[in-house]
Amino acid sequence: MRALLFPRPALSSSDLVELRDVTFAYDTRPILSGIRMRFPRGKVVAIMGGSGCGKTTVLRLIGGQLRATAGSVIVDGVALEGLPGDRLYALRRRMGMLFQFGALFTDLSVFENVAFPMREHLDLPESAIRDLVLLKLEAVGLRGSAALMPSQLSGGMARRVALARAIALDPQLMMYDEPFTGLDPISLGVIAQLIRRLNDALGATSIVVTHDVGASLGIVDHVYITAAGRIVAEGTPAEIRASGDPLVRQFIHGEVDGPVGFHQPAPPLAAQFGFGGRA
Amino acid sequence: MIGSASAGLRGIGARVIDGVWKLGAGARFAGEMLARSGTTLRRPRLLLDALHFIGVLSLVIIVVSGLFVGLVLGLQGYETLKRYGSAEALGTLVALSLVRELGPVVSALLFASRAGSAVTARIGIMKSSEQFSAMEIMAVDPRARVLAPMFWAGALSVPLLAAIFSAMGVFGGWLIGVVVIGIDDGAFWSQMQASVDVRADVANGVVKSGVFGVAVMLIALFEGWDAPPTAEGVSYAVTRTVVTSALAILALDFVLTSLMFTGV
Amino acid sequence: MKRATADLAVGFFVTAGLVALLVLALKVGNANTVAAADGYRVTAEFDNIGGLKPRAPVKSAGVVVGRVDAIAFDNRKFVARVTLRLDRSYQFPVDTTASILTSGLLGEQYVGLDGGGEEELLKDGGRLKLTQSAMVLEKMIGRFLSGKAAEGPTAPKE
Repeated sequence: MRALLFPRPALSSSDLVELRDVTFAYDTRPILSGIRMRFPRGKVVAIMGGSGCGKTTVLRLIGGQLRATAGSVIVDGVALEGLPGDRLYALRRRMGMLFQFGALFTDLSVFENVAFPMREHLDLPESAIRDLVLLKLEAVGLRGSAALMPSQLSGGMARRVALARAIALDPQLMMYDEPFTGLDPISLGVIAQLIRRLNDALGATSIVVTHDVGASLGIVDHVYITAAGRIVAEGTPAEIRASGDPLVRQFIHGEVDGPVGFHQPAPPLAAQFGFGGRA
Repeated sequence: MIGSASAGLRGIGARVIDGVWKLGAGARFAGEMLARSGTTLRRPRLLLDALHFIGVLSLVIIVVSGLFVGLVLGLQGYETLKRYGSAEALGTLVALSLVRELGPVVSALLFASRAGSAVTARIGIMKSSEQFSAMEIMAVDPRARVLAPMFWAGALSVPLLAAIFSAMGVFGGWLIGVVVIGIDDGAFWSQMQASVDVRADVANGVVKSGVFGVAVMLIALFEGWDAPPTAEGVSYAVTRTVVTSALAILALDFVLTSLMFTGV
Repeated sequence: MKRATADLAVGFFVTAGLVALLVLALKVGNANTVAAADGYRVTAEFDNIGGLKPRAPVKSAGVVVGRVDAIAFDNRKFVARVTLRLDRSYQFPVDTTASILTSGLLGEQYVGLDGGGEEELLKDGGRLKLTQSAMVLEKMIGRFLSGKAAEGPTAPKE
């Protein structure tokens, strides 16, 4: 089933998000070069890669916070290039994003954090907001912590509150930026299960950016592995695990040296220390 | 030798270009933020919260400093006026110097270091902890939701704070002059009232402090918005807010004073 | 609860600020004397106004009845033309005398009005014909010295 969806070129309507030959550069520093990605409706897709290889940039491009230097980002059939601000905002109302460290509003309580998007976008009576917030908090298992302030939460709890806030408006598209970073194994498992369960319960599409192989391969439908701004491998978790590609193997098994070198590019050691007798 | 001189020149040039760039970016930022002030008008709740964060928390320092400045003015003014046998003019001296200059300037300086720095720190932290990114993804513009209410709260607060500062200062001058030294109470007030004009002095002082409030808030918000998203970047931005605000207040004060109080 | 206390604090802050403004306007300033836009204007010509400034008080019998509105120089008669704005509730006869006086030794200068005996009252735009210029210290000393010189020999030597 999964295997069928990807190899054949899907109809554009079956993909909620599509990146067509997207290139992105900060000033002159290239981050992404000619990326093609497809995120089909209802699926959980992981983007993996080492630190600083532009994974988070992909999410910011989809959220419209960055504009592609070249190529096209298409969300639900709408190309983001040159989209006016109000249409972009309308599109964003259907997105939810979990930030790396939660990005909870530090001056608002847990309850108010989750209520924030509802208060901003829905004209609901206070009692309805209260019920909705408690439901969302129940979904992440933190109904009892509604009165706490973000500073009183552990890292895992903060991430779950942020997740409740991200799903407050029942988004069609969920984006997770490094959701597993800095969590203990139990919290990590909880978050991973929540990502999968919420995706299926909401009927949403999820994009998970991560470098945590173990936690993500268990819950996702499809994987892209990126390095140096390009996609180096893609496939189902099973295909990735079975891959013979040396770079994929290095990434999956966490080997120190391999196609991705331990050393960053530098002049030869001897030359830099002046042993080489360079004239 | 020539090399170091040209490097120095290049450094100066780079700083000038940097300054001009920053001025332009700041002006654009201010325009974009002010264009999004509608939300503040539609939701007074936001303005109330910002007033609490910006105005109320500056109240104590303003009240206490105003009182002490008034006490000092009373003492020093009396010592000087006594030599010319016109100690009754103490009320005039205290009131005019407070209403025209010290009230607006000192309260704006205190406001910049108390509220301006807090605004920069909060904006910088919200930015560096991705709270603004989170808002944007929730289709909420942080400039409309967070920055514009703060701006208006600050612009409203400074004239009120300056008035409180001046009133406290006059009270302090009265305490020293009338209660402690024993100048005639009636003379103190009547001389003051005869020489302080509501339009020329009080209203101009209010206008001044309004301008200072706008300047401090624009600097504080822009520094926070523009700060590199690191702890170091935010702390430098806070320092820059206080320094730039102080310079801006004093420079603007000179310009406004020469516009308002000369040419009679 | 927390929100309510915050609102209370904001309310207190705004009230304190407005009260302070009111105090500055009424107690420290002079908003309760002559309203700026109200009143009627009369002009008076002086040979010398000394240090008179716009907004200086106009007093009659020691009571502030108006303010100096504007000061101009008449380049044909070589006199100073002073426009006074007087409170509408005070009326003066047309033969009122205007003098420039000083409050105390170093005090500011003001315009003093002494009512005359005419029945007709000053109207808006009217002119005070009887004026007395400011005392200028140098002229006073000069007059005093020439007076002494005239007295000459009878003056006791020291």
